Amino acid sequence: MHEMSVAMAVVGQVEEAAQAAGATAVRSIRLQVGELAGVVPDSLAFCFELACSGTVLEGAELVTETVPGRARCGPCADEWAVGMPPDLCCPVCGAATEELLAGRELQIVSVCWEDGPVPVPTRERIPEER
Amino acid sequence: MCRVVDLQQAVLAKNDVCAHELRAELAARGTIVVNLLSSPGSGKTALLEQELLLARRRGVPVAALTADLATENDAMRLARSGVPVKQVLTDGLCHLEAGMLGAHLEDWLPEDTRLLFVENVGNLVCPASYDLGESLRVALASVTEGEDKPLKYPTAFGLAQLVVVTKTDIAQAVGFDEAAFRANVQQVNPGVEVVLTSARGGAGAGLLLDRAVAVADGASPHLPVMAARTAGHLHEHGQHGGGELHSHEGGLLHAHPHAHDGDDHAHPQTAGAATSPRAHRS
Repeated sequence: MHEMSVAMAVVGQVEEAAQAAGATAVRSIRLQVGELAGVVPDSLAFCFELACSGTVLEGAELVTETVPGRARCGPCADEWAVGMPPDLCCPVCGAATEELLAGRELQIVSVCWEDGPVPVPTRERIPEER
Repeated sequence: MCRVVDLQQAVLAKNDVCAHELRAELAARGTIVVNLLSSPGSGKTALLEQELLLARRRGVPVAALTADLATENDAMRLARSGVPVKQVLTDGLCHLEAGMLGAHLEDWLPEDTRLLFVENVGNLVCPASYDLGESLRVALASVTEGEDKPLKYPTAFGLAQLVVVTKTDIAQAVGFDEAAFRANVQQVNPGVEVVLTSARGGAGAGLLLDRAVAVADGASPHLPVMAARTAGHLHEHGQHGGGELHSHEGGLLHAHPHAHDGDDHAHPQTAGAATSPRAHRS
């Protein structure tokens, strides 16, 4: 579904960052995908490969970390895994969750890239070049 | 050499920034956007036809933009109300993005518009992830769709600021269990208001319009738990409308060279949350 749009957003942002830093090739990208982000990691991986084609990210590996949804109820000081489908009411008092601590992430965490020019293989001079 | 750089950027940062800008821009001229999300066939267009007509009778300046993969059928139906209507054909794209919406409003949206209703592409998955700069997000479900719809599509219903049940005139015939539906909505979005409507029977006519007008008048809409993101994300304070943007990522590119000479810390500051709208297609 919209995973292609998400993949293209990832590629676009990493391309910009790589260009600004003078990186010449991107090796891997670490991405956090929350359980409640509405993105399917397998589908994203498929789209990512296509979106990388012809860019500085070509051949880069996408490492996806799934972040479980966690919520907290202030008055009860209770913290729980919301599960899927999520339960956002406190299991102790039944009130609405005060805080969703995690689970909505869709975040580029880090990138591993080559910076500096890729070394050009040098060759021995042939005698005629002297 | 290969080094690992902490980027810490929200993937949809561009859309989010674009949405905030659009919201602020529209707020400055007295317009709010109402984003309508539902599955195909749930009755968005029929409900909207009725609400647009009511708005016209009440003298509320409204406009509607409807997005579909193909055909101008919805725009033709909505235009019968006599208010400004625009059809957007996404040509296969499953959702609208803020930049796309902004581009469609240029040179079209009448200056005095108070409420702009956006009928998103009929889809409960993808549109849920994209803030369009709306001040009120509405998720609709018809009585025929099953009471567990909010659980099956928790992002769409979890981020809604108003839930509208449609086609209640046939609720009895299809055995719609209202209490079960409400409990399921409550589970993913505690505190959100659920209203019942029937475009055919007239039940709940004007409710959507009333809620939208209230927000345009400054009432704070419901803030869903799922929308109140905490650490490490772009989020708003003051429940929409204020256009106040806090980016905790700060756009700082923080490099940790793993090339093993500890002091080589690069801080290029050019790659933060970008501000230029850019629509992607799937």
